[in-house]
Amino acid sequence: MVELLSTVVDGIIYSSWLFVVAVGLTLIYGVMKILNIAHGSLYALGAYSAASLGGFWLGHGYPPLGSYGMLALSAVLVGLVMGPLIERGLLRFMYGKDEIVLLLATYSVFLILEDAIKLIWGVDSLSIAEPYGLLGSVDFAGLTYPVYSFILLAVSAVTGIGLAWVLQRTRQGKLLIAVIHDSEMSAVMGIRVPRFYLITFTVGAMLAAVGGAFTAPMVSVVPGMGVEVIVLAFAVVVIGGLGSLKGAALGALMVGLVRSASVHFLPQVELFSIYLVMVLVLLFRPKGLFSSAEARKI
Amino acid sequence: MQKRFGFGRILFVAFATVLIAVGFAISAPAVEQKPIKIGIVSFLSGPAAGPFGVPARNGAEILAEALNEGGKVPGYGTKGLGGAPIELVYLDEAGGTTKQVTEYRNLVQRQNVDLVIGYISSGDTLAIAPVAEELKKLTVFFDSGTPRIFEDASYKYVFRTGSHSTMDSVGAALYVTEMRPNIRKYAGINQNYAWGQDSWSDFEAAMKILAPKAKAVTSQMTKLMSGQFGAEISVLLSSGAEVIHSSFWGGDTESFVLQAAPRGLFKKSTVVLTCGEHIMYRLGNKIPDGTVLGGKGTVGIFAPDTELNRWFQKVYAERYYVPPTYPTYRMAQAILGVKSAYEKAMAANKGMTPTQDQVIASFEHLSFDTPSGKVEMGLGKGHQAVTGISYGTTKVVNGKLTITNIKTYPKEKVNPPEGVLSKDWIESGFKRTK
Repeated sequence: MVELLSTVVDGIIYSSWLFVVAVGLTLIYGVMKILNIAHGSLYALGAYSAASLGGFWLGHGYPPLGSYGMLALSAVLVGLVMGPLIERGLLRFMYGKDEIVLLLATYSVFLILEDAIKLIWGVDSLSIAEPYGLLGSVDFAGLTYPVYSFILLAVSAVTGIGLAWVLQRTRQGKLLIAVIHDSEMSAVMGIRVPRFYLITFTVGAMLAAVGGAFTAPMVSVVPGMGVEVIVLAFAVVVIGGLGSLKGAALGALMVGLVRSASVHFLPQVELFSIYLVMVLVLLFRPKGLFSSAEARKI
Repeated sequence: MQKRFGFGRILFVAFATVLIAVGFAISAPAVEQKPIKIGIVSFLSGPAAGPFGVPARNGAEILAEALNEGGKVPGYGTKGLGGAPIELVYLDEAGGTTKQVTEYRNLVQRQNVDLVIGYISSGDTLAIAPVAEELKKLTVFFDSGTPRIFEDASYKYVFRTGSHSTMDSVGAALYVTEMRPNIRKYAGINQNYAWGQDSWSDFEAAMKILAPKAKAVTSQMTKLMSGQFGAEISVLLSSGAEVIHSSFWGGDTESFVLQAAPRGLFKKSTVVLTCGEHIMYRLGNKIPDGTVLGGKGTVGIFAPDTELNRWFQKVYAERYYVPPTYPTYRMAQAILGVKSAYEKAMAANKGMTPTQDQVIASFEHLSFDTPSGKVEMGLGKGHQAVTGISYGTTKVVNGKLTITNIKTYPKEKVNPPEGVLSKDWIESGFKRTK
């Protein structure tokens, strides 16, 4: 029973991390139909910025609790700088082109950013571990968990609920849904579609950076960390259905629980478990769990 | 009557001759020896660059410079390789085995290097070795763990100047069984590829011999560079394991320590990080007390207190502001191995430039001094090095990480004898005879 409980707790903690990492990817695809491969680099930029800003904060002897603010600030800064830079500087010239062209464009951005990270921060690892242990630990299901894991859970919940609220309850959100359904018709109706694209991409970039910034205290920040994440995030959004917020949440939960179960009960298949879920879902729902029906165009 | 030369006149003539000779030696331009071009291959990008590739590359750089100056490296007085300057060509190991094979061919066939020193990844070494044979180019692997290179095949042109992974696992098993003679449960967390699997398999086999009553309660195999070990740490915490073996390297080791320490894993179990030495300066006092660290040999903090090691540590720290770790030491082993073999071959060739075959013949079964002590090419028909290995336990004193209870196991105790497979040697109960 205790083993089962810890499996669920571990699964939920991992799912919350996966959701934070994947939600920006699905948001950008949902609105702009761009599979943003640069998402991994934006995640890494968030982590590196958090390590630098957090390190600066703690290195100067400021109150340690402020380091959480530094994590959030670094994500906001990365989003505000990189989002408009990529969207206005590159992607807007490619709207209307094939999705593959846009995917390749973001892949090139990914490669450029990976090298830029090496140029700025070098190849040595960075670490900003203090926020991870700062709030202590709690005993749960017979095991010790750092409080930070539950902060990540809260960040994930706030992100998901906040996005859903904006989309469904605000005027801007409803306009965005109109853009998602038909951007041409929305433009005809007077909606400034390019502005929505800019805001969406910036928010998506910020969410990627949030994932990186809040992951940084748990890991060693190393070159190439974005590569691993883009594969995982892609698996999660494909399971849930590209562009679906609910799908990303459910995909993250499924992947998290299955991975946790495999680690606890059958560690030999851990490597394979995430992709097993993906294969099984795609066998029965080729466009993911929450894909919407599309009218066939002749 | 024949005029006799007096002693004073003879002395005068001799003195004058010496003066003229010295004058010629000073004024005449020295005969320039053709540089020896060495390809240095290590990870310069990707996650293995920071912990391994760049420190190894830096080690090659300072040693080549010091050797080219001559008289700087204690015990190695001659310049370069037998007087010929060393010229290094650096290459990035990142990109996978297919790319590496292509790059290796480029190094040999287009850049015309005289020899290649490199390769950290076991996968890369397994792919490069047959190509080195095909191209007949002296190739020295300075790192990589797999014992399979010389246990599954025999090569003429390939050498490895660092011990293979069996030594790390057997050394770790010896250390923990001496530390906890009544151990009942142990576990493992390793990366799910050849290195992690081989390391765990050797450790488990050695534990079966050294502590037959102990049981492996779980073996966690994680995706390389996954960075998230929450569930694995839960399993290890609830497993009741007294000892946890891990051959994690680089970012995975650091992430594991950062995530496991606040959860109390290091208090509950003795965690053995067989490659932990290379992260000790990065994490410092974040590594909890009681962690067992190894460094794939007698390197770094475990290295012998010799003039050569003191010089090596000093020049490295002066240039790169951190002490050298095991990848740097392993690179030094390769370069000094090549220098020793080259100069031995040169001496046998009456001071003439030796052929590649003569260098290879000299390299086989060679024994040479390095900052990490004496290295002997004792396995794989003289192509595979054997060394001893050290392990120690961490203790933070006045905020600084120190290593206590250091134990060094001699090479015979942690390496199989010539002609015996590592697996068979461990299962035989570490017998020294066939």
